[in-house]
Amino acid sequence: MNFKESWIKSFLGGISFSSLIILSLITFFILKEGIQIIFKVGVAKFIFSAEWAPLENKFGILPMLISTCIVTLLAVLLSLPIGLGTAIFLNEFANPKISTVIKPIIELLAAIPSVIYGFIGIQIISNLIRKYFGGSGLCVLNAAIVLSIMILPMLVSISSDALRNVPYQYKEASYAMGATKWQTIYHITLPAARSGILTALILATGRALGETMAVLMVIGNSTQIPKTLISPARTLTSGIALELGYAIGDHRRALFGCGVVLFALIMCLTLTLNLILRRKEKTKYLF
Amino acid sequence: MKPPAKNKTKILLLFLTTSATIFLLNCGKPKKLFTIIGSTAFQPFCEKLADIYTKSHPDVRINIQGGGSIVGIQAMLSNAAEIAMVDLVTLPKEVTTEEFKIFHIASDGIAVIVHPSNPIENLTLEEVKKIYTGEITNWKEVGGANKEIVVVSREKGSGTGKSFEDIVLQCANLRKDCIFQDSNGTVRETVKNTPQAIGYIFMGLLNNDVKPVRINNIFPNVENVKSGKYFIQNKVYFVLRKNNYENNPLIREFIEYVLNDGQKVLESEGLVPVK
Amino acid sequence: MLQKLTEKIIKTLFLLSTLCVISISFFLLFYVISNGIRFISLKFIFTNPQNMGLSGGIFSILVGTMVISILSVFISVPLGISTALFLVEYSKETTLTRIIRFGIESLAAIPSIIYGLFGFIFFVIYLRLGWSILSGSLTLSLMILPLIIRTSEEAIKAVPYRWRIVSYSLGANKIQTIWKVVLPSAAPGILTGIVLSLGRCVAESAAVIFTAGVATKMPTSAFDSIRTMAVHFYILVREGISTNNAFATGCVLLTLTLLINAISYLIVYRFRK
Repeated sequence: MNFKESWIKSFLGGISFSSLIILSLITFFILKEGIQIIFKVGVAKFIFSAEWAPLENKFGILPMLISTCIVTLLAVLLSLPIGLGTAIFLNEFANPKISTVIKPIIELLAAIPSVIYGFIGIQIISNLIRKYFGGSGLCVLNAAIVLSIMILPMLVSISSDALRNVPYQYKEASYAMGATKWQTIYHITLPAARSGILTALILATGRALGETMAVLMVIGNSTQIPKTLISPARTLTSGIALELGYAIGDHRRALFGCGVVLFALIMCLTLTLNLILRRKEKTKYLF
Repeated sequence: MKPPAKNKTKILLLFLTTSATIFLLNCGKPKKLFTIIGSTAFQPFCEKLADIYTKSHPDVRINIQGGGSIVGIQAMLSNAAEIAMVDLVTLPKEVTTEEFKIFHIASDGIAVIVHPSNPIENLTLEEVKKIYTGEITNWKEVGGANKEIVVVSREKGSGTGKSFEDIVLQCANLRKDCIFQDSNGTVRETVKNTPQAIGYIFMGLLNNDVKPVRINNIFPNVENVKSGKYFIQNKVYFVLRKNNYENNPLIREFIEYVLNDGQKVLESEGLVPVK
Repeated sequence: MLQKLTEKIIKTLFLLSTLCVISISFFLLFYVISNGIRFISLKFIFTNPQNMGLSGGIFSILVGTMVISILSVFISVPLGISTALFLVEYSKETTLTRIIRFGIESLAAIPSIIYGLFGFIFFVIYLRLGWSILSGSLTLSLMILPLIIRTSEEAIKAVPYRWRIVSYSLGANKIQTIWKVVLPSAAPGILTGIVLSLGRCVAESAAVIFTAGVATKMPTSAFDSIRTMAVHFYILVREGISTNNAFATGCVLLTLTLLINAISYLIVYRFRK
């Protein structure tokens, strides 16, 4: 029995070890290729030069970096109030029967393929932008709107969970002291759910940062820093997708470099998330 | 609590394992498979040729991918694909006649297209060049409505794009705030949806959704391309390594077909055949 | 008085945002499904696409999608569950395991295009697997591995520690405890993770288009290139080949993803009893 046990333990260990090795190999491969080119071109020049002309050996990702940040930020700004408002409504004001029906439906929406959102962006949103704002309709604003619709379900469901986990005793105590519903929400519930809502925000931002296909379809892919919200632009992800097929040598490494920058941005988000959760975990028991 | 569900899961897993294994056992790389990759302009025509060819040779499997002419060349050079389909004016210098077999299989013009509602019928080459470098930014400067021109171009992996830049722009710089798309079809679709757009696509891919303009008063059609009057044109090549050509009879037969019977098909689809 | 008015206004604002979210979501579904459903017929589902997707149906594409997704899940599930088991049951909580967990979490957050880039360079070009089901499913399995490890780990961690103690006290050893106590009760959570990963594979387009290619023929071996539903939809839309077929494909794609995710909820609800 003991022999069998240790055999199984080593077997499991072997498999986990290999899967972890595979995953770390990928990380190291991407980091190696990317960091190699970043240092070859120079960190400052890579990040802050505005010339992206890979066939002339110019690798400056500033336009793509700025576009990525603008599009993501705008998407989050658009969807945060609406998403949070919906979560608050579903948890605090709505009839519980209605919210038990609506919540799963919204969660399901988080699984819709991104190409469908891109489709809506091309068919509907670009026409609206062209009509009311001008330009071609394929622009930063379009991408931001598409992304905000994409991350809404995620924001709603995770914030909703966070709000639901606030112990009802807090709210009861607040009502007992004569506070109104909104005062309770504003002063008690929201601060108590703060870490969960931040989690939702960070996960949604991560999703928006990493979205490729939907953005590729609606953002126009020009290589310069967008001057206005209706200018076409290129994000880090759409830039990689566009040139991936034919990039060789330094150009290919530069695409990995874009990947490394994305990686770094997402790592910052994950680190922040971990710090927040670590603070919360000190009060959490698992039975 | 769990036994009945677990039995079902076990059976399902067994079934999936066996079917997957059978599927994968079929998996030594089939000898009768080869990949053609490259030009998005020629891709629909290549698919048509492959469809007709495999009807008479049902055991041959031809894998056609797009991505752009440069993608095709890179894939062929790194041996990920056997044949590169390329639409360029001049082939890159790595493709030498010593190591590679190059077959010219068709020619076609590159039509400059605008939205059907655009009143412009004719542009000079200079005007097209100035639009694409950004010197002309409004349609009224060329006789159209007072609207900002939305310029649609191709990214660097495209043969059509490179040919267009070589012929029209020569050494001038493309404006940086173009909308860059990654295939002929996408350019056509963008121009179709945007009233103030201008773009360029393979002549064989023209349809009623977009309007081609005359260049220096020459209309982009097959006769004008053949005679050379419409000079924004390039050639479609199949490029492959010499040993792939010599050691693979399937590839030889397919290229034979394309160069003979296939030419009639290409001609009926609107391209300019080599003969 | 003013307080009551403020309350009412705030409640209305929140109601409006909820209505906004609900209407956007329903509009999305309605737009795709209503425009697509009239082009869907048994013929559409069971014929192969012709003419680059201009005519014909989506049969080979449906088959390709299912094959590549199931194969990816197949490859990564044993790896993922074993790793999760090892991390929870057999290792101690050291800095190493914390680094590993952090690494897995970061990998789960990496954009899929990076997996596509890696898969293209490693599987398609370097390993000479070409644009094939193999390249595509290997890439997808790498993408969903962190997800499966994470969800399985949470499911296994959630099994109350008491249960393991009781099992040991009854004389079972570790293997028997894992096989008969831990895994069965973690099964719903693990299964949910697997189904969600399957849904993720079906919905994925960036990683697949560069590794499995865009061929429209029915696959006959693992080295054949295939087009998945999401990729087909993407191509039809971007190249403007056929709006009708685009809507129809989108409709089927949407239904498929929603179905897969609905199944994952049903698993949770059914096993909660």
